[in-house]
Amino acid sequence: MLNYLINGISLGSVYAIIALGYTMVYGIAKMLNFAHGDVIMVGGYISFCATSYLGLPVIPSVLLSIFVCTVLGIVIERLAYKPLRAATSLAVLITAIGVSYFLQNAALLIWSSNPKAYPNMVALPPLVIGNTQISAVSLVTIIACIVIMVALTLFTNKTKMGKAMRAVSEDKDAAQLMGINVNATISLTFAIGSGLAAVAGVLLCSAYPTLMPTTGAMPGIKAFTAAVFGGIGSIPGAMLGGILLGIIEIFGKAYISTQLSDAIVFSVLILILLVKPTGLLGRKISEKV
Amino acid sequence: MKKKLLAMLLATAMVCSVTACGGDSAGTADNSADAGETTETTDDAATTDDAAAADDGAADDAAADATGSGSLTGTLKLGVIGPLTGAAALYGNAVDSGSAIAVEEINAISSDFQIELNSQDDEHDAEKSVNAYNNLKDWGAQAIIGCVTTTPCVAVASEANADRMFMLTPSASATDVTKGKDNVYQLCFSDPNQGSASAQYISDNGLAEKVAVIYNNSDAYSTGIYQTFQTAAESLGMDVVSVTTFTDDTANDFSVQLTEAQNAGADLIFLPIYYTPASLIMQQAASMSYDVKFFGVDGMDGILSLEGFDTSLAEGVMLLTPFSADATDDKTVSFVGKYQTANGEIPSQFAADGYDCAYAMYAALTYYADKNGGFNVDGVSYQDLCEILISVFSDPSFSVDGITGEGMTWTAAGEVNKAPKAVVIKDGAYAGL
Repeated sequence: MLNYLINGISLGSVYAIIALGYTMVYGIAKMLNFAHGDVIMVGGYISFCATSYLGLPVIPSVLLSIFVCTVLGIVIERLAYKPLRAATSLAVLITAIGVSYFLQNAALLIWSSNPKAYPNMVALPPLVIGNTQISAVSLVTIIACIVIMVALTLFTNKTKMGKAMRAVSEDKDAAQLMGINVNATISLTFAIGSGLAAVAGVLLCSAYPTLMPTTGAMPGIKAFTAAVFGGIGSIPGAMLGGILLGIIEIFGKAYISTQLSDAIVFSVLILILLVKPTGLLGRKISEKV
Repeated sequence: MKKKLLAMLLATAMVCSVTACGGDSAGTADNSADAGETTETTDDAATTDDAAAADDGAADDAAADATGSGSLTGTLKLGVIGPLTGAAALYGNAVDSGSAIAVEEINAISSDFQIELNSQDDEHDAEKSVNAYNNLKDWGAQAIIGCVTTTPCVAVASEANADRMFMLTPSASATDVTKGKDNVYQLCFSDPNQGSASAQYISDNGLAEKVAVIYNNSDAYSTGIYQTFQTAAESLGMDVVSVTTFTDDTANDFSVQLTEAQNAGADLIFLPIYYTPASLIMQQAASMSYDVKFFGVDGMDGILSLEGFDTSLAEGVMLLTPFSADATDDKTVSFVGKYQTANGEIPSQFAADGYDCAYAMYAALTYYADKNGGFNVDGVSYQDLCEILISVFSDPSFSVDGITGEGMTWTAAGEVNKAPKAVVIKDGAYAGL
């Protein structure tokens, strides 16, 4: 029971860390960045190459991967999303899916389809409490998740850039009239989201160490679900949603059926959304006429 | 807002269904060869003769089994279908390289008979596999080696059965591949054989008191082996204490399955799955300090060539495979040497299957030529060749000595008869048991 709970939380915190990236971009740019899962995959590959081929130690390779993903995020935003700023949200959504495919296939070309076993980036002994043990990767993931959540919340609430982001998210045109550089703010959002994706990539691959061009796809979708579950746009909501999703998935598998675990997860999502359409912590936004 | 969320949900569902197909290929092989090129290819092959003939004792041995009075002439257009990219690419590429080595050897035997090989990528996807098959048909393929993986093979086999194209699959092991199709033969064990042979082996050698099974219930291969394993285990009185599943979409977290097996006291876990999820299972079992034996089937083959995988995790893993690269017979040694030179790695069972497939085709044609005082394959339609090959393969006196088994024979249902062997992973390499 306790074991399952711990496994659920550690799986959930991986989802949560990915969901933070989704929710961040959605909250500010009001778009679903479906390529987020694939940026995670790129982050995984970069850190894999840095440690395995260049022989870098863990911290520099994680930093390198954050740097590459941040740049990648900005480039994607500039090339694919910025020209569509005035287009309908559906066009942007389809573009995001296109970017996702582009990244997957580019990874296929560069790193080939053969799966790679990811080295353990968190080579620390597990924490043993009584007869249950928590692996170091899970602990680091959970801690990283909390730190990132707190940092993001403080950033958006206390700093000038954060305030600018919230202003852009509330009303782009009014924000521009107040002298906020909307494009720069959205680029910054993507930079932060993609940097988070690199961290998520390292943690995801450390916890589940196979790396393929499609590695980011399914966790990306689960994390998106988690973000909607917690209330998309809400930073604490993403964390809560992610962790709950992980726990539900593990408990569903353990106590109901290993075959139906995904069905259970998504049924819970549907139920929550029927009762609370904005998600658990979502703000109610009245549509302006 | 409700509408927006509904839209999002629909979008998610859409993305799910799209991503489920996996990534797209980096491009399909060019298949524009026409009849005019046949001679040219023969010339090419003739120039490689010198190189190939020099290093090659094994090919002559193999040829000596088959060649006799009636001479076999012409150029056979042989198609290969398998995943050259995608998640199962390791298998497809192994088969492709293995069969290419065999073809090179066969072409070096005599310039009278040549094989022209054309490999098409199916990305382990049924639809793409049928496209690959159609490409090969347009190219003028007279027989097919393939498909490498089960799900695409079932799809292509139905097409090929309607078309009357002969297929010899190196590694698609489900019974659905051959069931009701007289033109499809297997070089590997069928799933029932793998499942029951595994159960038999575990029971005969007293490997375990309590057995757990983790299988992929979204995969026909895995489910098929599990079912026959279960039946055999029951009749052998084996104690199967835990059976859990996963799907392609949930193939990253196995903590629940492993905890359940551990709580049930299993001392051996049977894994009728491919090596990618198996590597995760081993890693997670190690991280929860669950010391358990693993027993795999042919899908486990390849785990040692997984880049970056800590092979010490696979120490002691047993798997059922008809081929072991450290065998000391001339044929295996020669094949392993050539494969290493060409690909820089130890060949897996799939490479050996591909190699044997090409030789089985050659042996069958030679057998037919012998019986009929000569045979020229040039211009023989694939329909005619299909009937010829069926008559040979279903002939009980036709047998092939390959590197995956001595004296392989086939039943009319398309299943192969050969002895299964189990190997164990020791110090990062296969060792006989």
